[in-house]
Amino acid sequence: MNATMGRYRAVTGHRLFWPAAVLVVMLAANTIYRPGFLSIELKDGHLYGSPIDILRLSAPLILVALGMTLVISTGGIDLSVGSVCAISGAIACMYISKQSDQNSLAVVLTALAMALGVALVLGAWNGVLVAVIGIQPIIATLILMVAGRGLAQLITQGQIITINSEPFRAIGLGHLLTLPLAIFIALAAALLVAAFTRRTALGMIVESVGGNAEASRLAGIRSGRVIFLAYVLSAACAAIAGFMMTANVSSADGNAVGLWVELDAILAVVIGGTSLAGGRFFLSGTIIGALIIQTLTTTVYAMDISPQTSLLFKAVVVIAVCLIQAPAFRARFVRRRRNVATPNAIADKPKEQVPA
Amino acid sequence: MTDSRPVLTMTGISKSFPGVRALHDVNFRLFPGEVHALMGENGAGKSTLIKVLTGVYDTDEGTITLDGEPVSFSGPMRATAAGVSTVFQEVNLCTNLSVAENIFIGREPRVFGAVRWGEVRRRARALLARLDLDLDVSAPLGSYSLAIQQMVAIARAIDIQARVLILDEPTSSLDAGEVAQLFRIMRQLRDEGIAILFVTHFLDQVYEIADRITVLRNGGLVGEYLTTELPQLSLVEKMIGKELDVLEGIEEHSRRDLAALEEGTPLVAVSNVGRAGAVEPFSLTIHAGEVVGLAGLLGSGRTEVARLLFGADRTDGGQVAVDGTASSLRTPAQAIDHGVGFCSENRRAEGIVADLSVRENMILAMQAARGWLRPIPRRRQDELVDKYVKALNIRPADPEVPVRNLSGGNQQKVLLARWLITEPRLLILDEPTRGIDIGAKTEIQKLVTQLSDGGMAVLFISAELEEVLRLSHKVAVMRDRQMVAQLANDDSLDADRIMQTIASGSHREEADR
Repeated sequence: MNATMGRYRAVTGHRLFWPAAVLVVMLAANTIYRPGFLSIELKDGHLYGSPIDILRLSAPLILVALGMTLVISTGGIDLSVGSVCAISGAIACMYISKQSDQNSLAVVLTALAMALGVALVLGAWNGVLVAVIGIQPIIATLILMVAGRGLAQLITQGQIITINSEPFRAIGLGHLLTLPLAIFIALAAALLVAAFTRRTALGMIVESVGGNAEASRLAGIRSGRVIFLAYVLSAACAAIAGFMMTANVSSADGNAVGLWVELDAILAVVIGGTSLAGGRFFLSGTIIGALIIQTLTTTVYAMDISPQTSLLFKAVVVIAVCLIQAPAFRARFVRRRRNVATPNAIADKPKEQVPA
Repeated sequence: MTDSRPVLTMTGISKSFPGVRALHDVNFRLFPGEVHALMGENGAGKSTLIKVLTGVYDTDEGTITLDGEPVSFSGPMRATAAGVSTVFQEVNLCTNLSVAENIFIGREPRVFGAVRWGEVRRRARALLARLDLDLDVSAPLGSYSLAIQQMVAIARAIDIQARVLILDEPTSSLDAGEVAQLFRIMRQLRDEGIAILFVTHFLDQVYEIADRITVLRNGGLVGEYLTTELPQLSLVEKMIGKELDVLEGIEEHSRRDLAALEEGTPLVAVSNVGRAGAVEPFSLTIHAGEVVGLAGLLGSGRTEVARLLFGADRTDGGQVAVDGTASSLRTPAQAIDHGVGFCSENRRAEGIVADLSVRENMILAMQAARGWLRPIPRRRQDELVDKYVKALNIRPADPEVPVRNLSGGNQQKVLLARWLITEPRLLILDEPTRGIDIGAKTEIQKLVTQLSDGGMAVLFISAELEEVLRLSHKVAVMRDRQMVAQLANDDSLDADRIMQTIASGSHREEADR
């Protein structure tokens, strides 16, 4: 009995348990509503189905959220990722649109390199503001969040730039081994970030800086460099996400690309178990968080919830997810139940149980 | 005192954390109008018992009754409302708010939802007057010393109609005069019928003020005794659980020939190093194998000297030489590159990273010195951590436990291990034995002796003169942010002479007026 309880606790106590449980419940709810939801079919050598769509559509969010995880772990936040998506997408599309042969792989690679280069500069800008000048991260990145939209408009000259480039389109809609290419790109980025942080000491040092900046400084950590690096990495991830977003529609709209993605990314990070206060970070949790958010969006469409109420519906689900994950909330819920079962239990002074 | 009914009883309390059994079947009772000392080594469960009592933690098992009624507080605010007030070990006040705001935060007198600030200030002044404190209640709390902040925390605690007042190591940052003032207040409150639970590591203080003593060891109850019936030696034995000969273990090795030590090039020599508002320019040389004690009252500039030597604060000027060549120690990273380590006195804010595991906290400084691109191989980490967990007797011995689950003394040892792993040539220890029990204290003192025998230089800062005298070859005395003397620790030096040196300057000042 005790052994089973122990095993039960070990499973429910795992930090990925609740995010994963929420994801499973959402998929189950969808399947009940629409029995064919989980079915996958092979057409023209490509796999199709709602689960594949969710994976493909969540790829940009996963990318943005990976970088965001590191920034949040240092105790910061990066509001500018949406604008960086727009800018990098705009640069890539603008360059391609000016070339005579838009289908040339060399042209597309040059475009991507240029856009990524600019994104790195933008990340460095954020990093300097936060780590060198010492501006609060939320303000420092707010500058680029607002100004970046203008920058994207300048690049596209206020137009929606439409391109017709097969290699570029593949980033968003291409296939590899029957699966969408975007899934592989997101997966590769996740493995890369994981190796970059956990195979080196970067992860631990980031967590140390986010957990206690002064103690880290006194332990000899040059925290400025680490924080700087986190913002650069975040911008790089956002740039790749920006390529996917523009490739999906083969056009760059400076106003629309990556709009509000920073908020979804922050939400994914928090659902994944990383504290907004900084410290420990969980890349796998972030990925599950991103999948939850995309599943929710897909659910809203699949259940024909009217566009007017869809945002409200999303909000309600997000609140529920956050509450289920909060240990304090669960503890209160469990304690209540125990009290009902044994009215004479020790902890049954009702007035002590009123939520504060 | 025993004729009345206990105001508070705790029965069969058990509490576990992941990897740690903090309390096991502990009983505790508290009578009105008594000062009851809760004693035990670091990790014995004192802080946990208090946190269980005040609702910071849930109990796993056991009951708590207040005035015969079973209670379970969902948090300190609830406990406070029921008359159980706590002043925690680490002062939990907001230094950026005013004194009055700190006293009334969360329960300001209001009229139609608006705070009556005049009333807040008036009542704050009245409360502080009761404690014989004359403060500007509108000034930010941060402008007062840690000792005064502690008094403000007590004022906050007793304002509520407290019947039980819990003081968790209130004296660890107070000097003798302030302790006397605190004890006067405690006696006054006791005579008013308040039950006081008092946690401290200073045995003398227990015998000065406590009526009754409860001893915990390794999370279990050893027993409850009347102070008058428990000699000091048996108390220590009950806390440690073994015969007490450890204290005798430390030889007075410090009387080694200072002249011999000070031959050759000093390891670190600073001249005219200072920082405006922190410490006047001073000069100091430290040789390999030398233990330099830094004595002085609280706030005399001891910590500031340490921080300048470690590069934690920038110096205004002066020269620094390491191994005889001019160097700069402008950042901690630079100082570490030169082989300097620094254990801060403020272990929660400047020492441990609470989220990280014991292992990660230990290797942090070494990893920082190597840079993030060259991680320490996991096997090497485990070797190092294992070695120091054993050598310093860190409990619990599981290095993957988050360091926040450890008791204060064990956290201190983790910090010590962090620096020992870097194999420093000069180790700066700022109050390494403050707030930790006598067993751990002795271990740390022994360690300092061993390290210096092995050729490491140590700058040892402590408010306890006996400790400084026992360990140091040379004692630098601080007073009013000045280094006023450097005394060789020969036969002529004793605590009285250091005290006189500390005091002499203030006499002169009085004469000037």
